[in-house]
Formats: sequence, C-alpha cells, structure tokens
Amino acid sequence: MADTLIRLRDDAASTAPVVPFAELPFADGAADTNAIAVRLAPGDDVRALLLLLDRLELVEVAFPAYTDGRGYTSARFLRECGYTGELRAVGDVLIDQISHYHRCGFDAFLPNQPITRAAVDKAIATWPEVYQRTVDGRTPIWALRHG
Amino acid sequence: MYQYDTYDQAMVDARVAEYSDQVARRIGGTLTEDQFKPLRLKNGLYLQLHAYMLRVAVPYGTLNSRQMRMLGDIADKYDRGYGHFTTRQNIQYNWIKLEESPAILADLATVGMHAIQTSGNCIRNTTADHFAGAAADEIADPRPYAELLRQWSTFHPEFDYLPRKFKVAIIGSEIDRAAMKLHDIGIQVVRNDAGETGLRFYVGGGMGRTPMIAPVIRDFLPPLQMISYLEACLRVYNAHGRRDNKYKARIKILVHEIGADAYRQQVEEEFAHILTLNLEPPPAELERIKAQFVDPGFDPAAADSIDLSDPDFALWVDQNVHAHKAPGYAIVTISLKPVGGIPGDATADQIRLMADLARDHSFDELRVSHAQNIVLPHVKKTDLYAIWQRLDAADLATANLDLISDIIACPGLDYCSLANARSIPVAQKIAQRFADIGRQRELGELKLKISGCINACGHHHAGHIGILGVDRKGLENYQLLFGGSEGADTSLGSIIGPGFSEDGIVDAIEKATDLYLAQRLTDERFIDTYRRIGTAPFKEAIYG
Repeated sequence: MADTLIRLRDDAASTAPVVPFAELPFADGAADTNAIAVRLAPGDDVRALLLLLDRLELVEVAFPAYTDGRGYTSARFLRECGYTGELRAVGDVLIDQISHYHRCGFDAFLPNQPITRAAVDKAIATWPEVYQRTVDGRTPIWALRHG
Repeated sequence: MYQYDTYDQAMVDARVAEYSDQVARRIGGTLTEDQFKPLRLKNGLYLQLHAYMLRVAVPYGTLNSRQMRMLGDIADKYDRGYGHFTTRQNIQYNWIKLEESPAILADLATVGMHAIQTSGNCIRNTTADHFAGAAADEIADPRPYAELLRQWSTFHPEFDYLPRKFKVAIIGSEIDRAAMKLHDIGIQVVRNDAGETGLRFYVGGGMGRTPMIAPVIRDFLPPLQMISYLEACLRVYNAHGRRDNKYKARIKILVHEIGADAYRQQVEEEFAHILTLNLEPPPAELERIKAQFVDPGFDPAAADSIDLSDPDFALWVDQNVHAHKAPGYAIVTISLKPVGGIPGDATADQIRLMADLARDHSFDELRVSHAQNIVLPHVKKTDLYAIWQRLDAADLATANLDLISDIIACPGLDYCSLANARSIPVAQKIAQRFADIGRQRELGELKLKISGCINACGHHHAGHIGILGVDRKGLENYQLLFGGSEGADTSLGSIIGPGFSEDGIVDAIEKATDLYLAQRLTDERFIDTYRRIGTAPFKEAIYG
C-alpha cells in the first residue's frame, strides 16, 4: 500500500504502529498509552485525542465511504487545536474531494484507488480564492477585500 | 441588490471549469455514474423520470432583469420553452441534456448565476422573505445576512458531506413569509429591549416524512457572530447527526433525539472554541454587503393613490398587491397559478416579460416566492395599471394570491423519480372546480399545498389544506390533511381519514369548504374555523 501514499510534507513518514482509537485505554480523563500514531474511525470522539496532542506524529482518519463527512470535522478540529503532525486521509479518498481534505488540514492521502501527485496538486489549485478561513492558511476573500 | 465583484465571479467561473471537466470525464468513462452522481448533484443536476433536470440557484430569491432574462433564454435554448419556479425560490428545467449542462452553467455565469449546492448533502441555497427590503413591517432587510451566509456556505470544505441536506431561511419581519420554522435553521432578525439588532436561531425544523417545528436554540445572537455560530451548529450536526438511516439523518432528528437543551449545550461549547479562531468576516464586510441592499431611489413625490375604476384591475390590486414601506409604492405579486395551468411554470416569453417589467418599473429587481410566484418588489402605484395590462395580455394577471387556486405543488409523478403520485393534475382539477374568482374570494385566504410523495416538496404539512399523494397497491391515492400553517402561527396538518382517488379528493375539499362557509364566524379564515371547531365536523361532512 505504501506506494499509493501521497504526502505533502517534507519530514519522513512515521514508522510507528498505528493504533485504532477504539483500542486506546482512556480512563478518568487520561490516556495510558505510548501510541504516537492513531487511526480515527467515523464516530470516534476526536476530543479525546487532545490528551495526546503533543506526542502524536500521525493521525489517520478513515473514510470507509467518501460520502461520510465526519472525518473533515475531526481533521479540522485537530488542526484548530494545534496538532502539527501528519494528518492522513485513508480509504475511499477520491480526487474530487481532495481540495476539501486539504482545506480541512489533511496533508497526506492513502486512497484505495491510486491517484497521482499531479492530480492532487491540480485538485488543490481548483479554487482561485476561498470564502472561509479554515486551517490551511489561505486568506479568505473577505480578508482580501478589506486588506 | 448584491453585485458580484471579481472574487465572486472568479469562484463561479472556477466552478464552471471544474464541472465541465467532471462531465467530460463522465462522458469519457473515467468517472463511474456512482462517482459522478454526487458531483452533478452539487451542481443541481438530477436524473429524473424522462430526462435530466437542472435546478438553478436564485440566492434568497432575489434577481435582476438580466438574470431573469437569461432564465427565459435558457428555457428556449436548452429546454422546451418553459421553466418551473420552486418552493425553494429556485428555478428548475425539466428537459436537459447532460452534454449541454456545462454550457448552461457557462451562460448562467455571464450574469452571476449558478447551480452550486442546489442539491446534495450540503448547505443548500439560502431562502428569505420574498418581500425583504420592501415590506412595511420589516425590522431589517435579511438579505445582507443571507448573502454573507451564501458566501460562507459556498464550497465550505467541512460541510460538503453532511448526513443529509441542510436548508437555511432568513427573515427580518415579525410576520414569517418564508416558513422559517420549518427549515433546518431559521434565522430571524430581531430587536431587543435595548434597541439592538440581533439574530434569533431556530434549529431543527423540517417537513419530509417527519415534520417538526424548530425550537429556539439561541434567542439573541450579535449579528457579527453569525458565521461562527453557524459553524458551531453545523459542526455538531456533522459530527453527531445520524448516518445509519437516511430518513433519520436530518438535523431535526438529532435535535429531537438528544433534546433542544443538549443540542444547545453542545453548540455553545463548540461556539466558545470557534470564537477563538477568528472565522468571522469583519464588520466592514457586512457593511460592504449592506451598502448593496440600500433602498433604491424612491420618488418622494410618488402619488399615493390608485385609479381603481377598472373592476378587473381593482380585483387584482385587492388580491395581489401588498403594502410597501415607501409611500406611493406597492409590492406586486405575479401569480404563476392560472386556472388549469401548472403551478410555478412560466414560459420563456413570460419570464422575459417579467424581466422587462422589473427593468422598467421595479428598480430592476424581482423575487421568487416560496409559494412559486414572482414578485415585483418596488412598483410605483401610478404604474400599476400599465403593468397589469401587460401581465393580463400574457396570461399573468390571475388575481388569486393566497386563495384556494394559488396552489403550491411539487412536480410529482409527471417528472420526479421519487414521486408516488401525480400532483399537477390534482392541482389543475381543484383550480378548475373553484375557478370562479368570486367563489374563491368568498372562501378567503386558503393555502392549499400538494406533495406527490412523503418527502413533502409541496409543503403539504404546512397547508391549511394539505394533500399527500401516496401509492396504494399500485394506484395513486391522496391523503387529506387539515390545520397546517407556515407563518407566525406555524402548525403541522393532520391526516383526517382514509385517502381518496384523484376525483374523490376534489369532492372532499369541496365538502370541507362548504362546511367552513356554513360554520365560520365573521372574519374567520378556513384555518381559524378548523382550529375552533376541530376535526370531527369535517370528518362528518366528508365521510359521513
């Protein structure tokens, strides 16, 4: 599968074992784990990961079906809370959703069906400007209008 | 009204390019229909019973004469010479070819229009009071907020794959003309005791198979926090709305299942977090938009009287013209409900005529109402007679606004792949039965709404009289509801008893209106009498 991974980061990919969120031992507001790579499924409560935020180097967000948009919220929330590690969209990841993934903070993609780096770059460049401030650092149109 | 700047235009142009590429990939075979379907839906393109249907957005129901003219030209160029104005203040074309759809979007883009997010599980086109900016009872024009919301919701990356579609309506008057409480979010511009303007949020209303009236989730929000609060409302829904059953996926089910208090609590927590992120456009942006919705230059010397010596004209004025906030002006509603016609349909020539009237007599502005009529919002009273004559010559002067033949109807089984029964022929038969305008006026305000399936696009839950078409053992069958309303007194209708055939439903309605005439007290509307005497006498009259 590694050959279909597209990363928009310069650092080396994590080699740590990826622990499913459901297997993390959360108790009494603390997490008794050394995990540095975690996989979120749709429906997992991303807030619990805030306990591990300064330690994590990889968060995989699973998209079993591209129509299930919960992963967008999980990703954007993690970035809003300061997560700087790799955020990888995994599963039914299609080229027509790539620009949205990117705007919500994803910087790596592991799609079921391979897509090319060139197609990813083109997709990210779809919109000349954007209307919303999110976590991708782009300046929204309302800010451009008012300098 | 709002004019695109270069940023807005560039976004729409980019969409045309993206969509054209998607259609090319679909026709070329690199996109499967399953992959293409949600992409075309996000551009309003449905595959219906006989052809593709294209739904074009009319943001908050407001458009200018150039845009309206383009809608007529598209009807001629790409369809069969007509279009259908919808209960979502949009327009639909019923006979579209897939390969021509990119060209239609390109044509629309030349007048600042599009079909963005007119379908799909995303934030849909925002609707608003169709008398906004003109109504005599308005606190504030809701359209600047609607435009701010339009921009925020356009291509919002987090909320493009919600559990289900999401509809927002905004009003700025005490009188609700937009069925605001029957939307996923209804926003009302209000004023508090200190005289400050704020926004009241109703969340979790809707029609469909589980109709619900939205509870108040925030009583008073400073207007310059609207986007942040919307982010919070949508985020809670995106994370927690049900995805296991598409019929339980709307936000109304979430709010109902966890309760309004729990939902409010979650939104407030998220809101507190979001306020730290500076997602809100600056005050200057709202001011920039507001400046484009200032009053047109009303003539202070405009005569404030109307010559009503022509009785047909006087009838139309009495029924279809409303009070305007400026002396000497009036609001005209053009009925798209001629007896025997298809509710909401207009020919290309009619659309262009309405565009001309707006250009010449209404400061270049038109509105689409959710009741599927067209509004000329700012008309000099002294121009009314000339307008009426031109409308009359084009079969557009039906004087039936809010009367029994001003029927809301979905396209039904004549077009729609979801429908169980036809809506259009039922609407036509009812209108024909009550064709006499004197009889209609005797019955007074009577809102009749027809849906051809449980999805309720024809708003049958909110009709004083509602009709729901169902499939009963392969036959079209029509259930009858009474007691719905969509205004300040929003209520949901109840099914009165066993259903009827197409002819039977018309007879049943006539029995109900006869009973109303016999039972009503002075000044009581049908809905008032029904609420006072209850279901039993109506059941007795209809089934007894």
